[in-house]
Amino acid sequence: MTERKEITCIVCPIGCKMFITTKGKIIEHIDGCKCKRGAEYATYEALDPRRMLTSSVIVQDGEWPLVSVKSSQPVPKEHVFTVLKEIKKITVTAPVNLGQPLLKNVARTGIDIVATKTVKKR
Amino acid sequence: MADEAVDVAVIGGGPAGLAAATAAKEHGATNVVIIDRNSWLGGILPQCIHDGFGLEETGASMTGPEYAERYIKMAEKQHVAVMKETMVLQLNRKKEILAVNKQGIHNIRANAIVLAMGCREKTRWHALIPGDRPSGIFTAGVAQAFINLYNIMPGKNVVILGSGDVGLIMARRLKFEGANVLGVVEILPHASGLPRNVVQCLDDYDIPLFLNHTVTFIKGKERVEQVTIAQVDEHMAPIAGTEQDIICDTLLLSLGLVPENELSKQATIEIDSTTGGPVVNQRLETSVDGIFACGNCLQVYDVVDMLSHDAKKAGKYAARYKPKKPSKKAIPLVLGKGVRQVVPQKMTEAGKTEITMRSEKIQSASTLRVLVKNKEIFKKKLPFVNPANMIKTSIDIDSQIIASGQPLEVMIDD
Repeated sequence: MTERKEITCIVCPIGCKMFITTKGKIIEHIDGCKCKRGAEYATYEALDPRRMLTSSVIVQDGEWPLVSVKSSQPVPKEHVFTVLKEIKKITVTAPVNLGQPLLKNVARTGIDIVATKTVKKR
Repeated sequence: MADEAVDVAVIGGGPAGLAAATAAKEHGATNVVIIDRNSWLGGILPQCIHDGFGLEETGASMTGPEYAERYIKMAEKQHVAVMKETMVLQLNRKKEILAVNKQGIHNIRANAIVLAMGCREKTRWHALIPGDRPSGIFTAGVAQAFINLYNIMPGKNVVILGSGDVGLIMARRLKFEGANVLGVVEILPHASGLPRNVVQCLDDYDIPLFLNHTVTFIKGKERVEQVTIAQVDEHMAPIAGTEQDIICDTLLLSLGLVPENELSKQATIEIDSTTGGPVVNQRLETSVDGIFACGNCLQVYDVVDMLSHDAKKAGKYAARYKPKKPSKKAIPLVLGKGVRQVVPQKMTEAGKTEITMRSEKIQSASTLRVLVKNKEIFKKKLPFVNPANMIKTSIDIDSQIIASGQPLEVMIDD
């Protein structure tokens, strides 16, 4: 079945309105974009949309009550809330170092959750 | 009272202050100190846990805390001295700083000073929103600090006024933390934030964006109970009969940022009414010799990459500063057609200079021109201009132009 989607380009500040037609996993047509990078983004966005995920994790005995975290890679859009749920379940004890993985293979996505901040012991 | 003398004193330890202090050290200043009122360095960055920082600068997208730690490490490596939890109370034209902390009062005399105080968020009183005065009204940045630094949820059912990037990012953040985001209300016909953030923060989570709308009334006895929104006409006046009430407990305001310059004004530094920051020359030196300005207190930047770039310049020139006779001719940069603001606002020497500016309005293909006495000395084609995107370019000014004393007119043609 052919599907037509409207996608706002996020590659640069112009924000082109692009239209993309897909048939299953095949791109049939893209229009409305002004550059190659836009077309690339539209393809990704239509077939396998992913998002970098950032949140925070509770820290015990730290100089801050939270440590900020990010996904090691962009997370498939449909898994965003499952991953967030997993992040909410954990607490860590200070010290936490920037770059330290706090969750491995979160929700079986193959993606890790990594600290983006150093939190020293209180 | 402790008396101290330093080569360069930097007021503010956010991204601008860190970049300026590090650059000052790199360019030969021996004794550099950062003074910051917080207990941490990095300013606002530790609470900006989303990614997208440093993309232009390093090619890699970092989160705010990561970007901050990168600069903190650089400052440590250069042995920049830091006075945390220290509030600057006074600044004068003689480059004397009066500061206070738990140890007492400090009198700091500096050969050069870099202003890096950042900016503040506009509040309800900037927008003059009528209604009650209950709790539950926060600026977006304050809510961001509550959630991301202190683990406190500001509310459950939230309306956001203003679609600047902070507002959009907070909409997603609140959603992630389980709040109900009832809508983002924007008075303009288009979102103020980046298209990227509209897509990834609102569209992804079906958060409604009310364009051409504003909040006309806040109701609530103890806590916010509801806000009224209404459509606006082309003069941004609410249209009678279009009001709708939204039941909520929290209103976040993302109304824009104002450069923080209380200290600059105290030191009688000249302020540009279009940028809200000090008038500076190509060295980012203010109207007071030896006092430089950078970061969001100079002008509100879109991205930290460009801010750091400019802050390093301020640090470099502060390190090289030598008291001089105030006889130099300065030629002003004046705003021509289509230009809302420009930094620097004056030139005192010939050579290649970077200038940053904002356009008046959104336009497709345009031409940026710099004129002296109606004669074009610089021209650049721009594929797209938007007041939300700072324009940066480099122009070469020859010594004859400086000697002529004629103003440079900066304009953007259709």
